[in-house]
Amino acid sequence: MSLLEIKNLTVEFRTANGPFRAVDSVDMTVTAGELVAIVGESGSGKSVSMLAMMGLLPWTANITADKMEFDGKDLLRMSPKERRKIIGKDVSMIFQEPMSSLNPCYTVGFQIKEVLRQHTDLTRAERQARAVELMEQVGIPDPAKRLNVFPHQLSGGMSQRVMIAMALACKPKLLIADEPTTALDVTIQAQILDLLIDLQKTEGMALILITHDMGVVAETVERVNVQYAGQRVEQQEVNALFSNPHHPYTAALLAALPERATGRHLPTIPGVVPGQFDRPQGCLFSPRCEFADDHCRTKPPVAAGPELGKALCHRPLQQGVPQDQKEVSA
Amino acid sequence: MSAPILSATDLRRHFEVKSGLFGGTNTVRALDGASFELVPGRTLAVVGESGCGKSTLANLVTMIDTPTSGTFTIDGQDIQPGDELKDKVLRAKVQIVFQNPYGSLNPRQTIGKILMEPLLLNRPEISAEERERRAREMVELVGLRPEHFNRYPHMFSGGQRQRIAVARALMLEPEILVLDEPVSALDLSIQSQVLNLLTDLQDKFNLAYLFISHDLSVVRHFADDVIVMYLGKPVEQGAKDEVFENPRHPYTKALLSATPMADPARRQERIKLEGELPSPLNVPVGCAFNPRCWKATEECRNKRPDMSDGSHRFACFHPENGDN
Ligand SMILES: Nc1ncnc2c1ncn2[C@@H]1O[C@H](COP(=O)(O)OP(=O)(O)OP(=O)(O)O)[C@@H](O)[C@H]1O
Ligand SMILES: Nc1ncnc2c1ncn2[C@@H]1O[C@H](COP(=O)(O)OP(=O)(O)O)[C@@H](O)[C@H]1O
Ligand code: SF4
Ligand code: SF4
Ligand SMILES: [Mg+2]
Ligand SMILES: [Mg+2]
Repeated sequence: MSLLEIKNLTVEFRTANGPFRAVDSVDMTVTAGELVAIVGESGSGKSVSMLAMMGLLPWTANITADKMEFDGKDLLRMSPKERRKIIGKDVSMIFQEPMSSLNPCYTVGFQIKEVLRQHTDLTRAERQARAVELMEQVGIPDPAKRLNVFPHQLSGGMSQRVMIAMALACKPKLLIADEPTTALDVTIQAQILDLLIDLQKTEGMALILITHDMGVVAETVERVNVQYAGQRVEQQEVNALFSNPHHPYTAALLAALPERATGRHLPTIPGVVPGQFDRPQGCLFSPRCEFADDHCRTKPPVAAGPELGKALCHRPLQQGVPQDQKEVSA
Repeated sequence: MSAPILSATDLRRHFEVKSGLFGGTNTVRALDGASFELVPGRTLAVVGESGCGKSTLANLVTMIDTPTSGTFTIDGQDIQPGDELKDKVLRAKVQIVFQNPYGSLNPRQTIGKILMEPLLLNRPEISAEERERRAREMVELVGLRPEHFNRYPHMFSGGQRQRIAVARALMLEPEILVLDEPVSALDLSIQSQVLNLLTDLQDKFNLAYLFISHDLSVVRHFADDVIVMYLGKPVEQGAKDEVFENPRHPYTKALLSATPMADPARRQERIKLEGELPSPLNVPVGCAFNPRCWKATEECRNKRPDMSDGSHRFACFHPENGDN
């Protein structure tokens, strides 16, 4: 059974200029203990889709879904109070900027123990012991002493470790890491990624890694969801995704990677991601897609089968060659 | 290869900072001895982790800041520490493009105004008509559309704003362009557009680039030569292929191995660097890298290794693939 199951999730923000669709009919499944990535350019709805699931979006967000279940519990029909029992305990999240997620006024130890106080029945002494254990688990040297420091006394890498310790406090079944290493230097990034993967394996928790970095995806995850302009456009296992992308956007993105360059010029994707006012009628990628035809420009595509990476495309690619799907989606 | 347009010898920039309660001072060696050349038509990349002195170096080369010691020459003209750089002609030869395409453009000026301003300030002899002609030509050259001339920066995407910043930097016909993380804030699909533009402009104007980046994949594609810096000091420098294919300094090797490659088939065991970057206020004695280096010996903990000679240089007592 899947740990997390989301079907047809849409998030629309009310803005001064009218509604803005940040997440558009996204499906997502995660099984227990699994490692999944959501990859996409900035603004593609990666964070918003996860925040929607956790109930952490502001009131201006209008969230709809056919299904949103965590561990067999229906998140759509749950009261906010019931949801709070799950969020922060069974599901927890870490963010890109560790500094801004830690409260500067309290010691690191206080903040970890506060999470434990809210979500467990541990005694004071047990909370202290567990806090030390957590700091040790995330590789912070001299853990007992470091519990007494304030966030500003820690480097970027160390504060991200503290965030991870807090997220692990209640042994979550699912950890969502939103660009956890984007603000860090590469040698520190490598340490944090290794730590996360290590924890996913040893703790048996599922990990959703949100990133825009194809290198991080290639080196760390098993299954990948690719998002574009709020939609999930493809889903594949990582090796297949890189060797045989089925959605033209994925293919173009991979071709544009500098490490795949063969000449002085890199392949490019013309144009930019659509905004609030220029969302195309048919396929959202059609203004930039080299395979687009009139059908693409007028009719929104439906997802192909799993053998084609569920590509949201009228003409999914097979080894770079479009396979016409018009009959299916018409 | 043509003659260098800029040669720098042992450039240093130290900052005095207050430390402690008793008015003591401490020295931050933000840049501590860099020697290099910039050559027309070629790109020198400076790589290293945050705080290693990349931007400090950029500020010296662009004459925004002056070195504490060391010299450099631009086009044969000596620039000494403390020189008052009033020479507009010399200054105009070096221009800079910053990382943040949002912060570096005046939001109240149209693109046209932004592009014409450097000419207005530096070349008052050029007529208003000619100014506008050159600005409009530049708009086209960087791949923007003629109608963009009268628009404001907020109406542009990140990639377009970076094109505008490049266009502005080129208005004074510089010979050297310093690019401080020019594509780091851009999405992958936009990054390749801007890199291609920079390649074309380099070919067209025979520009020398000083390219600052922490992204080794971009550097590998874009640079001809590379300097790897650690805590204010170059630790390895040479032709890109030499440095990437045959890294001699352990830090270079660790940095390369920590960089994720977008190729799942090449998933490799990373070299795990223990520990954090030390504070630049507290640079370790001996080789600055020794607390994190898996090859460190007594010698490394006591003595600073000098930079070796030759075209591929490195500062290490026990280099990789060496005889020990
Ligand atoms: N004006 C200053 N006063 C004191 N210290 C400074 C000053 N400018 C820079 N430094 C210090 O010098 C070191 C090098 O700084 P620099 O900005 O060159 O780093 P960088 O390599 O560009 O880093 P990043 O990758 O984060 O941009 C840093 O430790 C920085 O804090
Ligand atoms: N509170 C909000 N109000 C309006 N728009 C928002 C809000 N939060 C996010 N958005 C917009 O939703 C889109 C998706 O955002 P996000 O999920 O954060 O992207 P990313 O994929 O980079 O994580 C973006 O265009 C963003 O500007
Ligand atoms: S539906 Fe058409 S335009 Fe859209 S990605 Fe597929 S081929 Fe390209
Ligand atoms: S000099 Fe010694 S400590 Fe420094 S990099 Fe070389 S081996 Fe490592
Ligand atoms: Mg995000
Ligand atoms: Mg900098």
